[in-house]
Amino acid sequence: MSDSQYSSRDIARESALSTNKVLRNTYALLSVTLIFSAIMAMVSTMVNTGYGVSLACSFGALALIWFVLPRTANSGAGIAVVFAFTGLLGFGLGPLLNHYLSLANGGELIATAMGGTAIIFLGLSGYALTTQRDFSFLGGFLFAGLIVVLLAAVAGIFLQMPGLFLAINAAVILLFSGFILFDTSRIINGGETNYVLATTGIFLSIYNIFISLLHLLGFAND
Amino acid sequence: MSGLDIGYALLVVALIIFIFPAAKYWLKNSPKAEKGDWTAFLFPIALVIAFVGFLMMMVGR
Repeated sequence: MSDSQYSSRDIARESALSTNKVLRNTYALLSVTLIFSAIMAMVSTMVNTGYGVSLACSFGALALIWFVLPRTANSGAGIAVVFAFTGLLGFGLGPLLNHYLSLANGGELIATAMGGTAIIFLGLSGYALTTQRDFSFLGGFLFAGLIVVLLAAVAGIFLQMPGLFLAINAAVILLFSGFILFDTSRIINGGETNYVLATTGIFLSIYNIFISLLHLLGFAND
Repeated sequence: MSGLDIGYALLVVALIIFIFPAAKYWLKNSPKAEKGDWTAFLFPIALVIAFVGFLMMMVGR
């Protein structure tokens, strides 16, 4: 066997090992941040956080991923930023969870939304991992779709139409399901080599699917 | 229209501004889909739609 064959095999092995490491680190950080975020959400429901605080948490989380995370993602500080970001988002869920907990079967709705989100995430990640397909062709479609949904969400805030609210939540679930495939395949195919950024992307998908599924289940419950 | 609604609208507008550069990049640089790629995407998405519909039916009963 020639040297070039040896070296190409070594490069392929090294690349596979590096991908596995990113994947393992991403899932490890994701599981810990999800638990942390859930604890912060529980604390928030217990102290009865208001919608104003929830909004401030969302602005804080956005500021962190916009201005701080890009500068810290390649250092240990990036992990602290991810915890701060996921903690803020979790804490911001308090008023929404309290709203559903005040319903007769609110606890059941929240548990169903959590279980449903877990099944969607595990199913889609498993699918992306087993097929090993490259879903990066979805990038333009998903980001364009997200901007359209966000514009519709701005209109929804002012128009207060239940039908539009329902359509936006359904679209969010489908879009972020696509983002789970997109993000997971980027890790597998070497497009994303930073596990801090990979965790942030997948966490946001899970978070948004959970909220939208909860809204849809709340709507069906009515 | 409450101050909170305006706050949420501002948050969504900020999100759009935040996402815009990434959207622009991916619209320009997304690789073209190969044969079977869209089917491979639509298959799990159809399952997600069916699953969410099932959960909504269960809750609505």
